[in-house]
Amino acid sequence: MDPRIYQLSVLSGLLVYGMGWLDFEIGPVQAAVSLGMVVLTQWACTRFWKLPQFDAKSALISGLSLCLLCRSNFLWLVAVCAVITVASKFVLRWRGKHLFNPTNIGLVAMLALTDGRVWVSPGQWGNVAFFGFLMACLGGLVVNRAARADVTLAFLGFYLAFVFSRSWYLGEPAAIPLHRLQSGALLLFAFFMISDPKTTPDSRAGRILFAALVAFGGWYITFRLFHTNGLLWSLALFSVTVPLLDRLLPGTRYNWKTRGRPPRRDAPDLASGSAFA
Amino acid sequence: MKTPLIILPLLLAVQSAHAFCGFYVAKADTKLFNKASQVVLVREDDKTVLTMANDFKGEAKDFAIVIPVPTFIEKGQIHVAENALIEHLDAYSAPRLVEYFDEDPCRPRIMYEMAPKTKAAGRVGGAAERDKALGVKVEAEYTVGEYDIVILSADQSNGLEIWLKENGYKIPGGAGDILESYIKQKVRFFVARVNLEEKAKLGFTYLRPLQIAFESRKFMLPIRLGMINADGPQELFIYALTRKGRVETTNYRTVKLPTGMDVPVFVKSEFADFYRAMFDQQVKKEDMRCVFTEYAWDMGWCDPCAAEPLSNDELKRLGVFWLDGESRNPQARPMNSAVFITRLHLRYDRAHFPEDLVFQETRDRENFQGRYVLRHPWHGEPTCDAAKRYLEQLPERLDKEAQSLASLTGWDIDKIRARMKLPADGAKPANGKKWWEKIWK
Repeated sequence: MDPRIYQLSVLSGLLVYGMGWLDFEIGPVQAAVSLGMVVLTQWACTRFWKLPQFDAKSALISGLSLCLLCRSNFLWLVAVCAVITVASKFVLRWRGKHLFNPTNIGLVAMLALTDGRVWVSPGQWGNVAFFGFLMACLGGLVVNRAARADVTLAFLGFYLAFVFSRSWYLGEPAAIPLHRLQSGALLLFAFFMISDPKTTPDSRAGRILFAALVAFGGWYITFRLFHTNGLLWSLALFSVTVPLLDRLLPGTRYNWKTRGRPPRRDAPDLASGSAFA
Repeated sequence: MKTPLIILPLLLAVQSAHAFCGFYVAKADTKLFNKASQVVLVREDDKTVLTMANDFKGEAKDFAIVIPVPTFIEKGQIHVAENALIEHLDAYSAPRLVEYFDEDPCRPRIMYEMAPKTKAAGRVGGAAERDKALGVKVEAEYTVGEYDIVILSADQSNGLEIWLKENGYKIPGGAGDILESYIKQKVRFFVARVNLEEKAKLGFTYLRPLQIAFESRKFMLPIRLGMINADGPQELFIYALTRKGRVETTNYRTVKLPTGMDVPVFVKSEFADFYRAMFDQQVKKEDMRCVFTEYAWDMGWCDPCAAEPLSNDELKRLGVFWLDGESRNPQARPMNSAVFITRLHLRYDRAHFPEDLVFQETRDRENFQGRYVLRHPWHGEPTCDAAKRYLEQLPERLDKEAQSLASLTGWDIDKIRARMKLPADGAKPANGKKWWEKIWK
């Protein structure tokens, strides 16, 4: 089974729970705009770049992540965010790979360009959602035997180490770092953004180094620069180092359908619809 | 030995004898939430003006506060405000009742609104002596208004604790660790006590709120020290005054208080009880892990108004520093979009709020208020079909009001129905007919 089906179910369930029970500041209209625009943009880009196959799954995953994270009073900005998110996969490319995780660059671009008219509310999760989501995410690793779980696990390991070390140095009780780690936004980031196999380095060593850089950057921005959404900024920042990491530590390119096996010679990356997933 | 109260960090008494009371709402001067502190946070860019008030009832000489502050504070950055400012802010932003009177259904309906006023109180005080020892550096000493203020920095993990103890403060066990974590983050400590002479000269019978203006990237409120030996949860009201929009916490859930419900008319005389019970119920429902938004509104107006919006002059005295271009008339209200107020309310203890509150300002300018509706039924002779239908549907509507009151407050539905003189087993059609009897009549 395509692992994206599982991811879509988890994110949809979380969104319904968030909207119905957790007071997420998002109405059905905004959710519809996000989801509609990501699919529309994916379709338009598929046509424009003359790809043989239209596949909405990855776009919908990005759209659901936007619903969970992106907040604004202006629907048109939500729509622009969705367009940037999906279009980034087609436009911001380097040697046949898109540079940024789509949701990440969509959000960071809007945070940077709209003077705060788009914001991310990282605290709106609650315990039930957190532990439920945690189980679903870990379950996803098992169910899908995801080839790129290494980047998620490495990132969580490094981030946990940074958060705990700082608290230990300051003499804070364990409740503080534990509370900081109980964030749904952190899980969404670890399991759905940094894990994106299309935008992480090709080799395992590269991915682990990448995970360490992003974890350090996110921790530094949040706890030393006292800026919100440190992880989002950090991922966008270090994504530009991926081509360099691929050069230093080369590996095999990922493909959703072949699940990590090298693509066949007669099916070059660009010809496949999922190349832009 | 003197046993001054030490209030760490946000005016939260750490001695067992809590003396904070005082958040009042509605018309009655009833104590609503005990151990309540009120804080006004004015924030724009990296600049913060913090105004702290609480209702200290003890002897002024026994009172002191210790607040971790992120930077050195000069004398000019400290000020003493008036209680009236915070009272006004409270009254303006408090949850409100709106009252409607049903008109004769045979005539066009006209609506009438009212909102009860609210009242709050707050007092602050402190006194400090100095002693240079133990790696504690007294960086500055000032007298501002009725307060003697000391700015301390410390290098040693337990230096500050010992310094405070030697100066007659009762430091609860466990404070040392928390002080240590603040010291390692290079924060300064702002210690204030009441200067009794100055207080007598000024003639105030109560302690006025202290204000501090500082610049720091941190947009947060230290609450950890105040919870060390608190005998139970504490209440905190935060009024955030910002330029762009609503303020929320980034490390805890921020949830809007339920609003807009129709509640039984008898709530009018018990609004204070209703508000407290509803807040208790919401805290319980969220397992005490939420910060509640009670009001989020453009400071230029209100609808309905529980109190008039604050004037430019009042806002400036609270520290809103970006109003210079506004009208010269001090009584004028700020232009729309100049100031946005967010009123946050939380009940907290160590188990549920392990770390300090961290905030972010959003560009969310959607107005929100805690607003509850009373609809007085019309009682008259039905002279038209509309009136008959109205009277038929009335018991069902009243029962819905009873149900929403029960769900909001956790009060016993049977008692509510009894007070409203409704049937104990819920609504039935007014004429006693079964639902199917009306279909083929």
